[in-house]
Order: sequence, then C-alpha cells, then structure tokens
Amino acid sequence: MSSVLYDAQGPRAKRRNIVFTAVFVVAVAALLWWVYGTLKDKGQLEWALWKPFFSGTDAWSTYILPGLENTLKAAALAVIIALPLGAILGIARLSDHVWVRVPAAIVVEFFRSIPVLVLMIFGLALFAEYTNVSSDDRPLYAVVTGLVLYNASVLAEIVRAGILALPKGQSEAAMAIGLRKGQVMRTILLPQAVTTMLPAIVSQLVVILKDTALGGAVLTFPELLASANTMSGYYGANVIASFTVVAVIYIALNFLLTSFASWLERRLRRAKKSTGAVLKADDTEAAGTGTGAA
Amino acid sequence: MFDFLEDYDLLGAFWTTVQLAVLSAVGSLIWGTMLAAMRVGPVPLMRGFGTAYVNTVRNIPLTVIILFTSLGLNQTLGVSLGANDVETINFRLAVLGLILYTSSFVCEALRSGINTVPVGQAEAARAIGLSFGQVLRHVVLPQAFRSSVVPLANVLIALIKNTTVAAAIGVAEAALLMKEMIENEAQLLLISAVIAFGFVVLTLPTGLILGWVGKKVAVKR
Repeated sequence: MSSVLYDAQGPRAKRRNIVFTAVFVVAVAALLWWVYGTLKDKGQLEWALWKPFFSGTDAWSTYILPGLENTLKAAALAVIIALPLGAILGIARLSDHVWVRVPAAIVVEFFRSIPVLVLMIFGLALFAEYTNVSSDDRPLYAVVTGLVLYNASVLAEIVRAGILALPKGQSEAAMAIGLRKGQVMRTILLPQAVTTMLPAIVSQLVVILKDTALGGAVLTFPELLASANTMSGYYGANVIASFTVVAVIYIALNFLLTSFASWLERRLRRAKKSTGAVLKADDTEAAGTGTGAA
Repeated sequence: MFDFLEDYDLLGAFWTTVQLAVLSAVGSLIWGTMLAAMRVGPVPLMRGFGTAYVNTVRNIPLTVIILFTSLGLNQTLGVSLGANDVETINFRLAVLGLILYTSSFVCEALRSGINTVPVGQAEAARAIGLSFGQVLRHVVLPQAFRSSVVPLANVLIALIKNTTVAAAIGVAEAALLMKEMIENEAQLLLISAVIAFGFVVLTLPTGLILGWVGKKVAVKR
C-alpha cells in the first residue's frame, strides 16, 4: 500500500512494522489488563449487574426504550422545525437586499457562536416564566428550542454553501431565459441544491441526536442518558454496565446515520443527472460546527 | 440594572471555561496527532485502532463521556487523577473527557490536511532522492499543516462551546453559573444576554482570526 507519506514497503520496512505491531499490542494489552483488573476489583463485572440487559425485557421496556423514544422524539421535532427555518435563513443570507442579508447573517452567526446548552437553559427558564407549558413538558420544549435555534443557523450555512456550490451557469442560464430571481431560486437552484446538501444534512442529524443527551444531563429531560442514570440506581449501581449499553445504542444509531450519509454522498457523486457538485458529509465542519456541541 | 452581577463570580466562571478550553485543546492536539499518525501510518493494526477509536468516540455524545468520567471512572472505579478535593477532581475529569472526545475530531482535521496533499508531490520528492524524513519535513507536512488550519480552528471553536457540558458534572464554568443565576434572580433575558455575549467574545474572534490565518496560509492549487 502506497500513500503520500510512504511508498510500497520493502522487507526492512515490513520487519519494522512487525516490531511496531508487537509493541503496540503489548501496550494495548497492558491497558486492557489494567481496565479489566480495576473493573474486577470494584466488582463491576458481576453477572448480576449485567443480567438485566440480557435476560428478561424489564430493563429495556421500563428504562431504555422509553428513554430512546424521547431522544428520537426530541431529535425529530428539532429537525422538522429547524430545516425550514434554516432554509429560510440560508436563502435570506444570499439575498440581494442588504436589509435582508445582514440581519440574517447576524442571527446565524450569533446562534452559531453560543453553546447549545446555554440555549437550552435559556429555553427552560423562558418557558417557565412566560408560558403555561406544564412543568413535565418543559424540558422537552427547552431541548427542542435549543436544538432548533442552534441547528437552524447551522443548516442555514449548509443551505448557503449548497446553493453556492452549484455552477454559476445554472443561475445565469435561468436568468437568460427570463426567469425572475424568485423563480431561479425556486425552480432551478433549490431543487439541485437539495441533493447537493443531503449528505451534509444527514450528518448534521448525528450532531442533533448527540445533543439531545444534554437535556438528560442538565435539564432533567427523561431521554436515553437520563434513563441510564436512573437505571443504574435501580439495578444496584451498575454504572459501567448501563453506560456501556447506552453508549452502544448511541454508537449504533449514529454509525447508521454516518454510513447513510457517506453512501448518499458517493451515490450522488456518481449520479449522471446532477451537476457533480456535492457537499461532503464533512462540510458541516466547513460550516464551523461538525464537531457540534456534545 | 447590572447590580446583581456583583454577587456572582462571572469572570471566574469564564476563566474556568477558558482553562477548560485551553487545557483540553493542548491535550487533544497531542492525543489527536498521535491518533492521526496511527491512522495514516503503515502499520495495519495501528491504522485499525485509530479508525476504530475515531468512529466510536465520534458517535458517543460528549455528555455521555463526561458523565461517565464522573459516575463511572471516579465514583465507581475510584480514579481521581491525583486530586483530593471534589472540585479539582471534577475539573480534571471534565478535561479528560473533553480530550478523549475532541482528539477524534483533531485526528480527522489533521488527516484531511494530509489528504489534500497530492500523491504526486511525495512521489516527485522521492524521485529526486529525498529520504522519508526529508519528504515529511520539506514537502508533505508543510502543505498538510497549512490546509489543516481551518478545520482545526473549527474544532477549537466547537471545543470552546463544548466546555459547557462540564456543567453536567458540576464544574463551575459559565453555563453552570448561568443556571444558578437564573434560579436566583428574576433577570432571565439580561443574564442570558451576558452569558451569550461572553461566548460570542470567546468564539467569534477565534473563528475570524484563525479563518483569516487559514486563508492566508492555504496552499493555492
């Protein structure tokens, strides 16, 4: 295997690789041994602590699935509200009128530079003070509000980048046949941009899904992470077991989304109909956030 | 109007935020560089480990990681990172969690930098007889670093915002102070504006300056 860093390897390099591999295996094995020893010392490997997840469905039906449901509900609501908002903001930033472009830019930049958690805490207090949303529903409202405010501005950047990534000839040709600005955007640019930015939007879903966990940790929103907490209390402090199970669920969900995004990206890149401009799944990072809070 | 602020250590809270950000940035730069070296290196096992680490950690919410450092590592397994009082322990645990999480993004940023260098560059360098070290030092890494500036800056900005997650384990930083202030004072909008302003001051200039630097040093192709 050859790359920009090294050439195809000869016998000496191969021998060196074996040495590196051996050292690395020893180091990892030592670390794992230490982890295993500590876990065993503290009695965290007792079958009783892990049993609830593997035999019987109680742990799943009382704690994990309801938590997962809330996580998915919050994420889905946030996406559904944030997408149109983000599209409007993104298009507004491309407007020819200064009085539309500048306020949109300020809103986007402002909400992008504030942590989601701050927005959520603000939302919680806002609903408590100025509305009569019941205190049971407030955490959900607050989580969704925070996620919407933040992700709408991120999606706005994705939409903007998606439209800008289209070849200039598209809008020029549209103008040349006499379409108006609104028509160019609606009938020519947006339909193409949607496919362009689909991968980036899907990978933003991962960020949204991960951010819902903030609600569980700080706002008492009963989602997956919060249910891990209650669960470990109920099953005799099986913190390690509960967190492992919950982490595996998060990893599986997000890995599915990430794989879907990169599959989509490859497929769109191959598609003959498109203009060939595709926003990479990672371009959310170019929009300044891919690492997303939490 | 701003009187109540005198009762709270606003600057101290933001100073904790900055400390969290700086320490985690340094730590994740080190661990992230090591991960990147593993991921682009010639040893298959290390490559596999790097890929597995990045794909796993990136998909776990930071909140889960940070809460786990406190509930799992500290309270269950008794890891205290050489500190004695609860405050220092939680602070160090938060830094540890932030490092573990952020380094996977640092790794990806560095790797994307290396990937922008065309293979022909290194082949040409080898063809004129440069050694492996010389290829890295004079040809590949200078170009790779220059195109990693912008992605690294984005990681840093996200890290600054992510320090708020430390509030989940009670580190006295800006978001926790905000929560406390909101509970005690009836000044919701004002408090939120002050905290938001603090974060805008921290993140916006960082983004603008590093974005400008990134554009300035970018390799024109």
